[in-house]
Amino acid sequence: MRKPLLKLFLTVSGALTLGILLFSQEKKNSCLECHLQLEEKLAAPARSYPHDIHANYGLLCSACHGGNPDKEDMDEAKDKTFKGTPGRKEIPLLCASCHSNANYMRQYNPRLRVDQLELYLTSHHGRAYQKGDLKAAVCTDCHGVHGIQAASMPQSLTFAWNLAKTCGQCHSDANLMKPYGLSSQQEEDYRASVHARALYEKKDLSAPTCNDCHGNHGAAPPEVASVANVCRQCHPSPAELFSRSPHKSAFDEAGISECEACHGHHRIAPPSDEMLAGGKEDTCSQCHDTDSNPYRLWSDLREKFHDLNRRLDSLSSRVEAVRKKGVEVSEARFELQQAKSSFVEARNLVHGLSANEVEKRLEESLATMSKVEDLAAAAEKEAKLRKTGLVVATAFLFLLALAILLKARQLSRRRDLKG
Amino acid sequence: MKEKDERLRDSGNKHSVFPAGGKKPKTQELLAYLQERFKWEGIVDLARKKTVPEHPYSFWTYFGGLCLFLFVIQVVTGALLLLYYVPTVDKAHESIIFVMGQVRFGWLVRSVHSWSANILIGAIFIHMFSTFLLKGYRRPREITWVTGFFLLLIFMAFGFSGYLLPWNELSFFATRVGTDILGQVPIVGPALKTFFLGGPEVSGATLSRFYWFHIVVLPVAALVFLGIHLYLIQVQGISRPIGVKPEKIREIPFFPDFFLRDAAVWFSVLALIGVLCVFFPWEIGEKADPFAPTPIGIRPEWYFTFMFTTLKLVPAHILGLEGEKVALLAFAFAGLLWMLIPYWDKKASRDQRNLFTTAVGIVVIIYITAMTLITYLFPRL
Repeated sequence: MRKPLLKLFLTVSGALTLGILLFSQEKKNSCLECHLQLEEKLAAPARSYPHDIHANYGLLCSACHGGNPDKEDMDEAKDKTFKGTPGRKEIPLLCASCHSNANYMRQYNPRLRVDQLELYLTSHHGRAYQKGDLKAAVCTDCHGVHGIQAASMPQSLTFAWNLAKTCGQCHSDANLMKPYGLSSQQEEDYRASVHARALYEKKDLSAPTCNDCHGNHGAAPPEVASVANVCRQCHPSPAELFSRSPHKSAFDEAGISECEACHGHHRIAPPSDEMLAGGKEDTCSQCHDTDSNPYRLWSDLREKFHDLNRRLDSLSSRVEAVRKKGVEVSEARFELQQAKSSFVEARNLVHGLSANEVEKRLEESLATMSKVEDLAAAAEKEAKLRKTGLVVATAFLFLLALAILLKARQLSRRRDLKG
Repeated sequence: MKEKDERLRDSGNKHSVFPAGGKKPKTQELLAYLQERFKWEGIVDLARKKTVPEHPYSFWTYFGGLCLFLFVIQVVTGALLLLYYVPTVDKAHESIIFVMGQVRFGWLVRSVHSWSANILIGAIFIHMFSTFLLKGYRRPREITWVTGFFLLLIFMAFGFSGYLLPWNELSFFATRVGTDILGQVPIVGPALKTFFLGGPEVSGATLSRFYWFHIVVLPVAALVFLGIHLYLIQVQGISRPIGVKPEKIREIPFFPDFFLRDAAVWFSVLALIGVLCVFFPWEIGEKADPFAPTPIGIRPEWYFTFMFTTLKLVPAHILGLEGEKVALLAFAFAGLLWMLIPYWDKKASRDQRNLFTTAVGIVVIIYITAMTLITYLFPRL
């Protein structure tokens, strides 16, 4: 009789202790408790918020919405400080009330910048917002609501892999873009670009996405004069060569944007020899007559590029084939890499428009390729020799083994006959 | 001169190696000169009288000779590799590239060394399990079995130490993982790990020590144990399996019958090694970078994988003890029992069949095979 009572006592007291412990460790949040029991529209924010970066730092709903989450009763919880859902117009200032406060932000993340609002107001979005355009993007459009994550988190709307989609929410909407005279093709174009391929296929997080060229909070399209400065952040060498080339002053005079004139924007294709004079993607003919001397000169160089590229591909295949046959070709591979480097350098030198320099580098590549050809030929000879040697040696060894076996059998038979 | 030849021929020495007539006098003179000094009558007599039992399971007896042949290949090719190999962090990998690419037939020597080392360990396993199942360890061959077991350990140590010598990425990290496991051995583990590594991490000191083990310590140990092993086989002869009817066993001369068959096996295996070397030359791999992250799917040489996978599969804790340590102790205990089987399999010593030990042997073979296969079939286990 005593034992069931003891069990009941222990169970109840254990549950109570556990409950008290749990209760005492968590802050009360009556907002979540009620909203989780409401219809989907009102429950969704309560479900997402526990995963929000602000919740992780211990901020409650009241930090943005006001009210008193300690109160059980809804009327008491929605006290004088309760703000309800902030309107789009209020959002930038609401966020900035903390994010522009250096003293406040320092306690959570001292490295985080506090000039987001300032930058935002200089952006196209911010300028439209200041004009009272409520369709202009505000903080929540890019960062989300209730489930906000740090930009470094892969689930974040502003993480590199997700950013094109986030920007595309508005910029791919033709109806929304029409009044601004903006194309809605940018996201689609970007996804077809060499940059997107690096980001999505090679998973290269250093590959540029929207904010790398347009800026983050101060997002705006680069002006014609500053396009080259944007590109040179990642491509300093061609930009430097271009600045020293005759194209620089000519482009400036004509008001042509530098890199963009040949490489385009958003849908930036991998650079190709075909972009040179007379190629399938000829960009020179945009400005030059096809019978002009510079055009003919670069058309000849394009042919050279084409031939050398073909030769490099063929050499690579040769070296790889002989490597698969088991011959050690590290020297040939090293030289091949040298030849490829010279070839890539020659391609890059095109931006400087010095045909002599380009030809010199192509000659270097050619000379190295000759070395590789000799090494590949020697390796192929070696592979052939090995196979011939193998056939002869294997045949000899098997015949020897067979002869030995026959001899052993013959000796055994002779002994049996004698025995 | 003629008189001397006739005197030698007619000396009546039954151990004389030169038959009556047929040989050129000068050769006979030289042989007589050498015989007088080396006194090889005993050896010749042993070779003439030595016989080997031939029975339905004779096939397995050729693996012992094959192991010896492969060991000789190891010594010869290893000695040739010493001409170019430099055991330093800066030059080890480069010297292997040089051997494989620049030295005439260097690729062949190194590939033969690596391939035959792996085939040797496979042959040792087959030799050991066939001896186990045929109960060749039973009285009076207990010491032959024990020395054979030590030879297996020595050759596995050869493999482990040799694997690091090319100083490539895979071998570097496999050594790191292997020595970390060694460090888990209770009580002596950390000291052993430091001793083998020459410090807390795999470094140039480790390379020097592994090289020292590979070309000095282990060869000496192998020669000592091999010497005892072969001596005992010569003295006691090859065992006859239990349960084979006497009419199915016949004695055949060791020389030339058995020796010739042995040689036929050796040459066939040599041809096979040649084919492997030409079509699958041993990889050099990328040079080890101690600061690089451990590559995915790192694993030791195939003959260690059954232990490696077991350690991966054991629960983190067994009876409150660390799982890995329990597994290592279990391996050590199982190895000890395996080595001492001639002393606890009393039935076999009385020439009686023992189904229990046969079952143990089969279970061990299945276990090792299954664990090895799991390693390769499920690399991301």
